[in-house]
Amino acid sequence: MRFCRALCVAALLLSAPVAYAAQPKPSVDEFVPMEEVPASEQIPAINLVAAAYGFVWVVVVGYVWSLGRRLQKAESEIADLERRAAR
Amino acid sequence: MSRLNQIELALAGLMLAAAPWIINAAPYESTMGLVQKIFYFHMPSAWLFLIAAIIAGVASAIFLFGKKKNADGWALAAAELAVLFGVITLVTGPLWARKAWGIWWVWDARLTSSLILWMIFVAYLLLRRYGGPGSDKLGAGMALFGLANVPFIFVSVNVWRTLHPQTSVVPTLPVQMGGPLWYCVFALLLLFLALLSMRARLERQRVRIEDLYLAEDEA
Repeated sequence: MRFCRALCVAALLLSAPVAYAAQPKPSVDEFVPMEEVPASEQIPAINLVAAAYGFVWVVVVGYVWSLGRRLQKAESEIADLERRAAR
Repeated sequence: MSRLNQIELALAGLMLAAAPWIINAAPYESTMGLVQKIFYFHMPSAWLFLIAAIIAGVASAIFLFGKKKNADGWALAAAELAVLFGVITLVTGPLWARKAWGIWWVWDARLTSSLILWMIFVAYLLLRRYGGPGSDKLGAGMALFGLANVPFIFVSVNVWRTLHPQTSVVPTLPVQMGGPLWYCVFALLLLFLALLSMRARLERQRVRIEDLYLAEDEA
């Protein structure tokens, strides 16, 4: 009987750290105040500003280039079809 | 590409190239510091995203109910620009939020509804590209759904609790911040108008190509 009681107490004591470890960690997409973000996870503001400005340029230049190519292709196709129709 | 479009593009390009110097001259926002400078691109892009969605929706309504074929070309052009300015808004916003809020994204009303609007127009373009005959009318219906989403996005920050700043921020900006903002708005608006006109022209050319092929088949 004493052995069983000791076993129950030991099981209870051991379950505490297991239960603590099994607790859900705070979700990474929850709001974390800036002061609490570890230094290793903080990104310098200049990198973010440069990335935003660079992204705008890449997207705009890419779209203008793509649109210019499509316009050129359509114009040459129209010229070709009109030439064929004139014959 | 017309002469006017070339001038518009060159002017917008020069203005955007000079923008970092003008933005740099604006004072730092007291709590966010340097990262707040993203605002000068993020907010005009967000406005143009919504304007493009309104143009696409209104042109689609004219096409559907007014039976004006030409309006469909303008709707398609505006839908493509909604995707373009939408991606700029949805990428520059999280870059700013990471520093200002400590997270890249939050599923609040403003951000989620903006993402939904962007996805509506991505779906619209996919439908127009791969939908086959009848996709113009189905697409017009989708663009109307996009248009209905615009007022919801605009008022979302004033109605629901959110981390995103409210619409009252712009009218209360000091002149030193308002000047660079309106400069960026004008540069991106110029770019928007040039691209809209070029994209609509491409659609008119595609209609012309179809007519020429039909005439060739009949001959």
